[in-house]
Amino acid sequence: MCRRLLIACWAFLLLAAPALAQRPTGQSEFVPVNDLPPTEQIPAAALLVAGYAFIWVAVAFYLWTIWRRLNRVEADMRSLSQKTARR
Amino acid sequence: MRRAFVPMLLVAGLMLAYAPVMIAQGAYEQSMGLISKILYFHAPSGMLMLLSAIVCGVASALYLWRKSPAADRVAIASAELTALFGLIVIVTGPLWAKKAWGIWWDWEPRLTMSFVGWLISVSYLFVRKYAGPGSDKLGAALAVFGSVNVPFIYVSVNIWRTLHPKTTVVPTLPPGMRGPFWFSAATLFLLYLLLLTARIHLERQRATLDELYLAEED
Repeated sequence: MCRRLLIACWAFLLLAAPALAQRPTGQSEFVPVNDLPPTEQIPAAALLVAGYAFIWVAVAFYLWTIWRRLNRVEADMRSLSQKTARR
Repeated sequence: MRRAFVPMLLVAGLMLAYAPVMIAQGAYEQSMGLISKILYFHAPSGMLMLLSAIVCGVASALYLWRKSPAADRVAIASAELTALFGLIVIVTGPLWAKKAWGIWWDWEPRLTMSFVGWLISVSYLFVRKYAGPGSDKLGAALAVFGSVNVPFIYVSVNIWRTLHPKTTVVPTLPPGMRGPFWFSAATLFLLYLLLLTARIHLERQRATLDELYLAEED
């Protein structure tokens, strides 16, 4: 009986040892920092949305500037040809 | 071309609207996570910036050599597109770098040379606008130097030790990232061609207007 109890205790210790060894150790002290690590400071989604929004706005704005400049030149051409036709 | 412009612009607009859907479905890069998805527009914009600088340089060399007004029109249109796509690269790059590297900017070879390339294209535009008579030739010489900078920008990541990913990244993209990347690249390339066509047309109309004014004075 005593021998069986000893084997059971031994088996428990053998099986429990790895589990106990893997358990994370508690912090013995806290280390304060004033800044968050760079990877946690800004969420990636905000940067990603900002990047894509900028691309679309930049392309649309450039297309609009071409359209505006073209309209101005064509208006000048029309007024010039009307002036010539009146003579 | 003029008849095909509006339908092609609609196609480009639809592709631009669909690109985020493809990008959302694409894979994440293991170490960078969500922010790596900036790659899909950042890298093609960089390619178009370099392509545009080469087109500007070649057209400018042709203008200096043959005095071809058509080459000058291509050069000025390409310079504006170099400035546009360069601005996109310079803005989206730091947004990516802040998350991936922990800094907005680093004066390392790829970033510095890209910035210099962008400054040359902006300088060309300022010269053309404000330098007065002879600005076409001065600008053309500047554009030739700008295009010489392009191969150095491209190989800088392979020659020097930099934070920036190497040129082997794009050809070796895994299947989960390859589809969205090349779809985004095709979208931006189509947009580039359309913007270039529209900008060249604007220069042609300006030249016609100048001829009309000269005829009027005579």
